[in-house]
Amino acid sequence: MMQEAHPLEGFTRNGMIPHIWCNGCGNGIVLSEFLRALRELDYDMNKIVIVSGIGCIGRISGYINADAFHTTHGRPIAFAVGVKATRPDLKVVVISGDGDLFSIGGNHFIHAARRNIDMTVICSNNFNYGMTGGQSGPTSPLEAYTTTTPYGNIEHPFNLVHLAAGSGAVYVARWTTIHVRLLRESMKKALKKHGFTFIEVLSPCPEQYGRRNKMPKPMDSMVWFREKSVIRNRIDPLKAEITPNEIVVGEFVDTEKPEFTDLLQQQVRSIEMKLEKEGKLTIVPL
Amino acid sequence: MRRDVITGVYFALGDVACAEGAIAAGCRFFAGYPITPATEVAEHMARRLPEVGGVYLQMEDEIASMAAVIGASYSGVKSMTSTSGPGFSLMQENIGLAVMTETPCVIVNVMRGGPSTGQPTKTGQQDVMQAKWGSHGDYEVIAFAPSSVQEMFDLTIQAFNVSEEFRCPAFIMADEIVGHLRERLNIPRPEDVDLTERKRPKQLPQSYAPFRPDQDLIPPMACFGEGYRFYATGLTHDETGHPQTDSADEQTKLVQRLCDKIRRNRDRIVKVERILLDDAKVCVIAYGSVARSALAAVNRARRLGLKVGLLRLITLWPFAEKEVEEVADDVDWMIVAEMNCGQIVREVERRANHRKVTFLSRLGEDPHTPEEILAHIRRVA
Amino acid sequence: MSPSRTPLSPAQKLKIAEVEIAVIKDRCKGCGFCIELCPKHVLDYEARLNIRGAHPPYVKNEGCVGCGICEEICPEMAIFMKLKGK
Repeated sequence: MMQEAHPLEGFTRNGMIPHIWCNGCGNGIVLSEFLRALRELDYDMNKIVIVSGIGCIGRISGYINADAFHTTHGRPIAFAVGVKATRPDLKVVVISGDGDLFSIGGNHFIHAARRNIDMTVICSNNFNYGMTGGQSGPTSPLEAYTTTTPYGNIEHPFNLVHLAAGSGAVYVARWTTIHVRLLRESMKKALKKHGFTFIEVLSPCPEQYGRRNKMPKPMDSMVWFREKSVIRNRIDPLKAEITPNEIVVGEFVDTEKPEFTDLLQQQVRSIEMKLEKEGKLTIVPL
Repeated sequence: MRRDVITGVYFALGDVACAEGAIAAGCRFFAGYPITPATEVAEHMARRLPEVGGVYLQMEDEIASMAAVIGASYSGVKSMTSTSGPGFSLMQENIGLAVMTETPCVIVNVMRGGPSTGQPTKTGQQDVMQAKWGSHGDYEVIAFAPSSVQEMFDLTIQAFNVSEEFRCPAFIMADEIVGHLRERLNIPRPEDVDLTERKRPKQLPQSYAPFRPDQDLIPPMACFGEGYRFYATGLTHDETGHPQTDSADEQTKLVQRLCDKIRRNRDRIVKVERILLDDAKVCVIAYGSVARSALAAVNRARRLGLKVGLLRLITLWPFAEKEVEEVADDVDWMIVAEMNCGQIVREVERRANHRKVTFLSRLGEDPHTPEEILAHIRRVA
Repeated sequence: MSPSRTPLSPAQKLKIAEVEIAVIKDRCKGCGFCIELCPKHVLDYEARLNIRGAHPPYVKNEGCVGCGICEEICPEMAIFMKLKGK
């Protein structure tokens, strides 16, 4: 009997699946749910640009059958800003990791959120730097063991939900890879919403993070997510924390505010009108 | 009323001429960060780009600026940024990304005194080697050194043309003097501005490979939103764009092609100006604002009966190896005057008989005076 | 049924369709998500190993309600539902 094709076949690049991610890695779930969200929204796949940075999740742009770009470490958002500003008709999605987006890339994240530039940023947060072997990162929990915190992490992690909300994102949500359907619904909402939208997805990393923190098997992380997650929609982002006792998930911000490319186009139009009326350029070079 | 090519004669600032050149060349995206002495390029672009339907973005830093330039270029728009030394250093990693993804883009470095924060308001030529070797990895770029306000305009158009043709970053290595000088600027009629556009794919998406080169070693470039659904990465990749991080063959093929596509065409790309060299026994080599003093010195030397000429470098990279060799064969002495501790002079020494080459350094504030250069000419002539 | 095994989307009214589970056996890396999280305990590990050295899932028991969790939770696109008879 001939093997049937998986329902997401057309959404992945020919010959690129199976992907390179480890057994139990959450990135595969982020990929699948994202593709299902696109399918359910019936997006024109010719009008989407996927941008990713460096890290295991960064490889995702090579798996999706759409225009895609894999940038230098930390810079997918800056690149995406250049794309969106020149082609506001395209949907731009940045999918990257906790280190890429919030350590080296932190500056670009907060400014793009501040500008409220229309794009969706999905962070696959696996609490460490998986690709380089499991070093600590800005989301590693206090006391966690990583290769660069062999005695336990003494740094506080970011509350990414709070950071995103504080920077000005108009939609902020956090889910884990076990909340597949809620995650997909969030992705759909974020993609449809006009403005800077952010979703944090807590993701298992059994080979690097899990193994060093008493969760060596893939199911161990999923059990952690399932048992400690609590859905608290619309609470104060400051209180949407990840602590040893609970993982607060849900949708925390869903507001409206003027979007950057709209303001830009408005301004260009008014300059156009002024030029038509006055018949001369506003500035003569000096 | 044409808004992009504003034909006419102006008394313009160098930085502004550069911005107007970019707009005349079709640049419709600028991302940058303010830095002395290049801020005027950004400010002028901020005023003018909306008038021509373009986008000006002030990014949070120079790293973001370069990333946004690559993003915009891949969206099909001619893009540029401008900076000075400190920002140029920050941009290097993404310049490497532009090289690796064969992104047409123009980077203007209005050089100032370095290293580090240095002397922001004083000129220098200390970054010229950095333009070629600044990013990690091995690659070729094209860099121009304007000597006048008119060249700030003209060479910026040329930089866009070569970057589009060869799908590589092109640099305008200006210096603070030329950037902040006001001189006569002649903006030609639109029909006299020759523009080059990037090669577009003729194939349909199914048979298109984003990095499959044509005979000229340059792949046609698809852009986002056109249905090609291509993949580009900074990782070593094959013709389909997919990563090839294990294959020595793919690495060799790719890196070699990225260099060869420019090296093979160096005769067309390299530009020099030869002044009074036919019977010269001494040749002065200079570029940028120093070339202006060098020209004055050479003219005065000629009036004193000395057989001196000037080889002015218009492109810095690829280096004018052949042109320097030709002159070296005919002259007894070459004097290289630069505002640094010795950068282009090393390239000259490689090609000329090194005993024939002397170096005139000048660091700080102003370029060499014509008198300084003349004194040196008289010593050797 | 224990609380940790209830389906995750209570808002959706699931019509119980006639579905079959298809497994692309050689894609499976053996994470066990589908087997452990199936609310009806329909799946189990095969005794044999696939080319990746993993034990892929197979349908051991009756009672699949077509909830689709196995398809969605699989990181490898190795298991999916299809309508019976198609």
